[in-house]
Amino acid sequence: MLESFNKQQIIETIEMIKIHHLDIRTTTLSLSLRDCCSCDTKKTATKIYDKITKTAKNFVQLANEIENEYSIPIVNKRIALTPISLVVESCNDPDYVYIASIIDKAANEIGVDFIGGYSALVDKGFTKGDLAFFDSIPEALSTTKKLCSSVNLGTSKTGVNMDAVLKTASIIKKTALLTKEQDSIGAAKFVCFCNAVTDNPFMAGAFCGINEAECTLNIGVSGPGVVASAIQNLSKTADFGEVSNLIKKMAFKITTTGELIGRRLAGKMNIPFGIIDLSLAPTPLQGDSVAEIFKAMGLEQAGAPGTTMALAMLNDAVKKGGIMASSYVGGLSGAFIPVSEDAGMIEAAKLGSLTIDKLEAMTSVCSVGLDMIAIPGDTPDSTIAGIIADEMAIGMINKKTTAVRIIPVIGKKVGESAEFGGLLGSAPIMKVNSFSNEIFVNRGGRIPAPLHSLNN
Amino acid sequence: MKEDKVIITVSGEDKVGIVAKVAQKLALNKVNIEDIKQTIMQDNFVMIMLCDIKNLTVSFKEFKEDIKKLEQELSMEIWVQKKEIFDRMHTI
Repeated sequence: MLESFNKQQIIETIEMIKIHHLDIRTTTLSLSLRDCCSCDTKKTATKIYDKITKTAKNFVQLANEIENEYSIPIVNKRIALTPISLVVESCNDPDYVYIASIIDKAANEIGVDFIGGYSALVDKGFTKGDLAFFDSIPEALSTTKKLCSSVNLGTSKTGVNMDAVLKTASIIKKTALLTKEQDSIGAAKFVCFCNAVTDNPFMAGAFCGINEAECTLNIGVSGPGVVASAIQNLSKTADFGEVSNLIKKMAFKITTTGELIGRRLAGKMNIPFGIIDLSLAPTPLQGDSVAEIFKAMGLEQAGAPGTTMALAMLNDAVKKGGIMASSYVGGLSGAFIPVSEDAGMIEAAKLGSLTIDKLEAMTSVCSVGLDMIAIPGDTPDSTIAGIIADEMAIGMINKKTTAVRIIPVIGKKVGESAEFGGLLGSAPIMKVNSFSNEIFVNRGGRIPAPLHSLNN
Repeated sequence: MKEDKVIITVSGEDKVGIVAKVAQKLALNKVNIEDIKQTIMQDNFVMIMLCDIKNLTVSFKEFKEDIKKLEQELSMEIWVQKKEIFDRMHTI
């Protein structure tokens, strides 16, 4: 091993952390609850509480130790559980909301930031348990603080469950209503997917898939500021080959740091390292923004013509650079474009450069979907269902994960803003298309599985 | 052992006694200095030290808290990081 060091490299690393907000966005403990099933809600709740508090007892403390040793912030510590719809279904007296409260209590006890897995997988249809579980989501989200919920509504193999799409729209609206005093924040803790992944470390959609191991540690990194500043330092006439190469190099540095932190933390906890999510996750902080990368590439604002191409190239280069840095890449892997969590996206939305339609187009080339978008509180359920259906279509046909995390902010209209605070940021209320789709979304049933040949 | 190596980066306005005070603090904690490089960047004094902490007499956390006090005393910024993070980030 080389016993010396390179001055420039050390200064570069410190600048990446200090000035450009390089951080580990999340260390997410994926924990199976498959052994917590029983016939009785109280008994199941006790098993769940005990398992979480026992397994994750030192999680936060050990993460803080690692953060201190390497002087790199670990912004969030989270837990992802087996979808609760599966765990509680065998109870004779299923009380999902009670289970939600116990999970939230366990999360508070161990001091994590979020706990995910209040989830159901209904891409092909509902079981009796799934139906009861769906109905519980608004109350569960409005009576807890750290709990996150997600549902999978479709896959490329099975098609899209349109009954579930309509139900999901109504859940989002009900959750928003129940949390209207806080700008409908409950809906920000809920996401619906097409092609949900089982090892995603990011919220609100993290859950421990039924194919996952007992307990693993997954990592999500963040570093849009690092990429933006590197491109800013590049000549304005540098061609796309050069830009792409630079992004790959930065993505390598970001990912390899995440992998190191993940492996060290997993080692301390004596559990296997799962995956690293090759992600560029922004925060509302100035400079920690994916939209800034578009500006650095030469677009006046996110949303300007060329944005979809810029994002496609960015996303691809991040994957190419990141894949070299880790053996186990997974999760959602790509650039995130949550509106409220990105100062540059907020600005672009306020200026009218970024619309829901443009965001939808962007989601066809990046990870993950329509994310943290605030819309008027009086938007009908059917319109929300239509927005979800369109996003599911992109995922289903393009064999990728897509998602919708949309917040109908009760009592607010286009031109106003919703304030969520912390990592969730603030969001300008965006205009939605108001033409009716009532008959379409009420047809119900399942969109048949798509053909994966004769591509065009 | 790789994990025993740390990089200490001291930066801020140049003044008399920076090296002496940092070295004294490290000696008190039984931290061995293996290499030092200094430079001036944008009118700032920057000193980077490669150190071995295998004989550290306190926990890593306490050591960093001690360095934090020195940081305030000197009005300089001091980073203490395990060397591994630099090795990983800059080597394929």
